[in-house]
Amino acid sequence: MAIADETTLRIVLYEGEGAASLNSADRGATVTALLEQGYAVTCAGAGAVAPADDSALLVLGRFENGQAPEAEDANGIVKVAFRDITGLDAEGITALVETERASTQSAKHGEWKPWFPVIDFDRCTNCMQCLSFCLFDVYGTDEDQQIQVQNNDNCKTNCPACSRVCPEAAIMFPKYKSGPINGDVVSDGELNREKMKIDISALLGGDVYQMLRDRSQRSRSRFSKERSSDKALGERTKCLTKLAAEADIDIPLEVLQSLPSADEIAKKAEVAKAKAKAALDSQSS
Amino acid sequence: MADQPRILFCHCKYARVVPDEVKQGVLDGLCQSGRAFEAVADLCEMSARRDPALKRLAAGEEPVKIAACYPRAVKWLFGSCQAGLPTDRTEVVNMRELSVDDATAAVLNDTVDPNLPADGSVAATEGEKKI
Repeated sequence: MAIADETTLRIVLYEGEGAASLNSADRGATVTALLEQGYAVTCAGAGAVAPADDSALLVLGRFENGQAPEAEDANGIVKVAFRDITGLDAEGITALVETERASTQSAKHGEWKPWFPVIDFDRCTNCMQCLSFCLFDVYGTDEDQQIQVQNNDNCKTNCPACSRVCPEAAIMFPKYKSGPINGDVVSDGELNREKMKIDISALLGGDVYQMLRDRSQRSRSRFSKERSSDKALGERTKCLTKLAAEADIDIPLEVLQSLPSADEIAKKAEVAKAKAKAALDSQSS
Repeated sequence: MADQPRILFCHCKYARVVPDEVKQGVLDGLCQSGRAFEAVADLCEMSARRDPALKRLAAGEEPVKIAACYPRAVKWLFGSCQAGLPTDRTEVVNMRELSVDDATAAVLNDTVDPNLPADGSVAATEGEKKI
């Protein structure tokens, strides 16, 4: 099942009427333990919380007499369950929640590090460079030919290569170590305002590697260290090498078999380039 | 209190980019405060899942405080899921940059200082150059 198809079990830590309050230490330990297991927790207290949606809801509380109430959504939309946590420590509570999660077939968290590009559409010019550059079909276009991240779980963990070649620094990886890739403000000094378009098929030829190196040396003073095209190429190579060594990851077999053959990579790049060109042609027509 | 902001805390579970002492300190502060709040394991993961909860977290008339990372990243983690945050009443408290004391104080302070990048504020209009 694709990660985007999985539902999330929501947990409410209830301390209102009919339930005893937790002391702050127990509350903190419980919330921390649940977050560490990947759950979302609503702590009821003074002030507003976000409205409900139609995801499954698990309400935890130290209910009177240790008896969790039985209730159901008046509109019959939300699957809701109440569970008493009297006498349970944080570990016991997470075990209880895990049992409930399994019974609702909600998403099991923590199986995939959420590493994927996030597009800043305030900056994006829809130039399709990212679509051309990425060999893993992470990018695509919507019905309006607007670039979008379509297959975020295809993205190679810790590889921010596409963000380095984005001419507008519009691609973020929020878990990256440094800015502007991590979402920090893009300063004029960091942004390479020279709009660089990389022809991906040429990029795979030796002459262009040399050209890029020359270009990098010429403009080193203007290029941010974190946005150099040499570094982007290096990261792509690193990812391709890693792919070849890890045959059990979710990459199409034909792609794995092709790596690290330059010819096959070139073919893949051509397809991506054609998709980008089609999207750009559609925009201008 | 009608104007009290809603609070959303991101635990940034799947990476160590937010210092542990800051995120745990902010969470402890919330748990001690008696304030209602939403806590999520990882906004990035929710965005990757296109989790519908992002829409409910972004919805509502109240101002919102989000303890997470950089405002630009938070804006588009929501925005990429068609769950746009209201730029005029959303403040992101950046736990990657602030000390635990400053971050906790900012989250629990009822004054909201909106700091999301304005819509379309930096879209480029210059031409492109091929190499």
